[in-house]
Amino acid sequence: MLDIIRSKVLIAYTALLALISLSIFMSDADVTKGLISITTIVMIIVPLVSIVYATTYYFNASEFTELLVSQPISRSDILWGKFIGIASSILGSYLIGICIPVALFAFSSTGLMLMLSGCLLSLSFVSLAFLASTKTRDKAKGIGMSLIIWFYCSIIFDAIVLLFLFSFSDYPLEKVMIALTAFNPIDLARILILLQLDISALMGYTGALYRDFFGSGSGIAFSLIFQIAWSVLPILLATRTFKKKDL
Amino acid sequence: MGDLIELRDLKKSFGKLEVLKGINCGFEKGKVVSVLGPNAAGKTTLIKSVLGMVIPDQGNILYKGELVTGTFEYKKHIGYMPQIGRYPDNMKIGQLFEMMQDLRKLKSDLDTDLVESYHLKSMYNKTMSTLSGGTRQKVSAALAFMFQPEVLILDEPTAGLDPIAAEILKDKIMEQKNKGKLILITSHILTEADELADIVMYLLDGNIRFYKPIDVLKSETGETRLGKALTKILAA
Amino acid sequence: MKASILYLFFIILSSLTSANTITVAQKGRINNLGKAIALAKNGDTIIVQKGHYPSYNTIINKSLTILGKDFPVLDAGFREEVITILARQVKLDGFVIKNSKVGSLRDYAGIRIHRTEQVHISNNKLMNNFFGIYISDSKHVSIYNNSTQGTNSAQNSGNGIHMWQCQDIKINNNYSSGHRDGIYFEFVKKSTISNNRSVKNLRYGLHFMFSDDNLYRGNTFKNNGSGVAVMYSKRIRMYNNLFLENWGSSIYGLLLKDISNCDIKHNRFIRNTTGIYMEGCQGINACNNQFLNNGWAMRVLANCVNGEFTRNNFTANSFDVTTNGSLNLNNFNNNYWDKYEGYDLNKNGIGDIPYHPISLYAQLIEQIPQSVMLMRSFMVNLLDKVERAIPSLTPESVKDNHPKMKPWEI
Repeated sequence: MLDIIRSKVLIAYTALLALISLSIFMSDADVTKGLISITTIVMIIVPLVSIVYATTYYFNASEFTELLVSQPISRSDILWGKFIGIASSILGSYLIGICIPVALFAFSSTGLMLMLSGCLLSLSFVSLAFLASTKTRDKAKGIGMSLIIWFYCSIIFDAIVLLFLFSFSDYPLEKVMIALTAFNPIDLARILILLQLDISALMGYTGALYRDFFGSGSGIAFSLIFQIAWSVLPILLATRTFKKKDL
Repeated sequence: MGDLIELRDLKKSFGKLEVLKGINCGFEKGKVVSVLGPNAAGKTTLIKSVLGMVIPDQGNILYKGELVTGTFEYKKHIGYMPQIGRYPDNMKIGQLFEMMQDLRKLKSDLDTDLVESYHLKSMYNKTMSTLSGGTRQKVSAALAFMFQPEVLILDEPTAGLDPIAAEILKDKIMEQKNKGKLILITSHILTEADELADIVMYLLDGNIRFYKPIDVLKSETGETRLGKALTKILAA
Repeated sequence: MKASILYLFFIILSSLTSANTITVAQKGRINNLGKAIALAKNGDTIIVQKGHYPSYNTIINKSLTILGKDFPVLDAGFREEVITILARQVKLDGFVIKNSKVGSLRDYAGIRIHRTEQVHISNNKLMNNFFGIYISDSKHVSIYNNSTQGTNSAQNSGNGIHMWQCQDIKINNNYSSGHRDGIYFEFVKKSTISNNRSVKNLRYGLHFMFSDDNLYRGNTFKNNGSGVAVMYSKRIRMYNNLFLENWGSSIYGLLLKDISNCDIKHNRFIRNTTGIYMEGCQGINACNNQFLNNGWAMRVLANCVNGEFTRNNFTANSFDVTTNGSLNLNNFNNNYWDKYEGYDLNKNGIGDIPYHPISLYAQLIEQIPQSVMLMRSFMVNLLDKVERAIPSLTPESVKDNHPKMKPWEI
């Protein structure tokens, strides 16, 4: 509905992703190792760029958004239009930068999972960016908030989980652990890939609950469902906020 | 009841700051209303409330007697020219116009007078980021008038325009007024208000200080210039 | 030497004196194997035609060549053992042998070979037996090209090919599945196990107990309760085997317990939960092995000594090496580690700084298994990087001083 933006940032992002994946595949004969390296990078860069880019774009276009609001068009249409515009361009970058190289060099179930979870990760962080943007008034705060979300999801959350594990290691924490991962989209994406890459190690775990979770399709289903929830819920909340927001 | 737009007990506060403290007024068609007031008097908030950009805490907005608070359909009768028009950097003028036409689902019967008199056609392929502030204002103005709306809301319309462009715009405003449109203008330039407006609304601290036809104002004060008249009233 | 000359002499003698062939057919005069054996004398050949023959512990007590034509079925109907071989120089070839009794008091078997030698069992299909082939107190037995499918039940399942107190056994190109252990050696010496496949056995694909000086090579162990377990044995050579997808908690590709002076060479360990697990081992020499996609490539307990781990490839394993102590007396050298991040300035193919194969996170997961959920997270990567830079919690002694930059061609 809205414009698809040809922006330098996006081109740079696409090029960066493509460069990373290509250089890894070119320099390393071992495809699995390449996939692991890409996964590590993707888990950091994709959320960061997605959320910061979406937030920046949101605020750069805020005056235009005002103009649009003065037009006979509903606010949720405006927000969703923006969301679809940004999400599709970010996804496009990911598809070109990661998915195509992976499909060419390392087409496997792991590769496929990397593509899928990366796409969902992009979506959920664009979605989160919109939530952060609509909740704040100015650009600096918005970007600050986005960075906090990113930082929280990629490091702090896991650190807290680790601490939590340390302090309560005597208790059966399996259920809690599984539930906890649902609170972090990066963890969900990571587990999707883990289920392909490290299934040998995961199967070694003694607890029956983990075994079921890892062994059957339920782990994949669980992660996918919650990743989709992370993509959809923030933007829905953002729409609610945006409808009531003064511009 | 002949009012095109009516505001009933409009209240809005940002945090602790009460910006509008219960505005009641109506705007008739065929008039140019100049909204005046010092900074932070609530001019912009008032306009934005009418446009649905600011959601009032309390009170209602009526268009042609119908309650339109929180809806968006009525906005197709409004043309808005923002104080500073900013558009996506990579969009071209032509694309912008096209997109707005798609948005309003109005492709024919367009008023392109301003597009022509500002020679915007020749710049259709320029992207927004390359335009000067003045040209962007021209684009904004052209957009506001393009769809022949019943109501025009112009926020500091001549600011940033060169004198000739400003004159063209003023002519356009008068033309529209004569066609029976309602035109709301905020402006700091009193001579401009003097020139264009039929009615002056003066906002002070979120209240309407006065809302009178300009000639009544002048005759009450015995002044010929709006500026003088205002100072006299406000001093009283 | 003397024995083998005697043996040769015997063969010649018997082939001279007799060349009788007895045929068993379902509707013939001789309609079961037992009758044929009773009629035969040493050196005769019995041919069994296609058909279904009940065989309740048929005892072969003469030196006979018994050939099945188009896989006749010998069926014990879960009442007894199927066949027992007590004589030397027996060849049994081309049968379907099934439905031995299942019991907890005795180890009923499809084919039992007891206190004999020069027995050759080939091309048989054993199905649904408690034990497949059970060999005791024998030597010079060869088991070629058989397949044995067990009962697949956790409570009532014996071993596929079971040996007790034997020596000079050759087990080649057999397939074993659904048994407790695919192949089981107890007090067996100087035997060779080659080119067999053990798949989906409930306990181990191959199991050595108190068996010295054996060789197994070119075998595939897939999806077993553990690929191979070598326990309380000496001088076992393990070459060119494939350990594949032995998955689960406390399931290993290769489980070594209290053994000494063994060689592990040119094996491939792919997608096992643990590639090699070692406990109480000494003098293990593992080189030129390939570890790919395992959860833990090697788990070496601290009570192992004098281990030499050289020229192996460690690729895409979740963890390369873990231990529960310090591993002071073991030596890692010249391996390829895909996680190695060092450099090679003098371009001799050897990294200039040592590699520490034990990661902090691997140690952490020992303590708190639940933290498996955090694998590959940025946090964990960060912790590992810091630990590699300034080792404090992982054993400093475990290191490869000459890590290879590129994988070995294996």
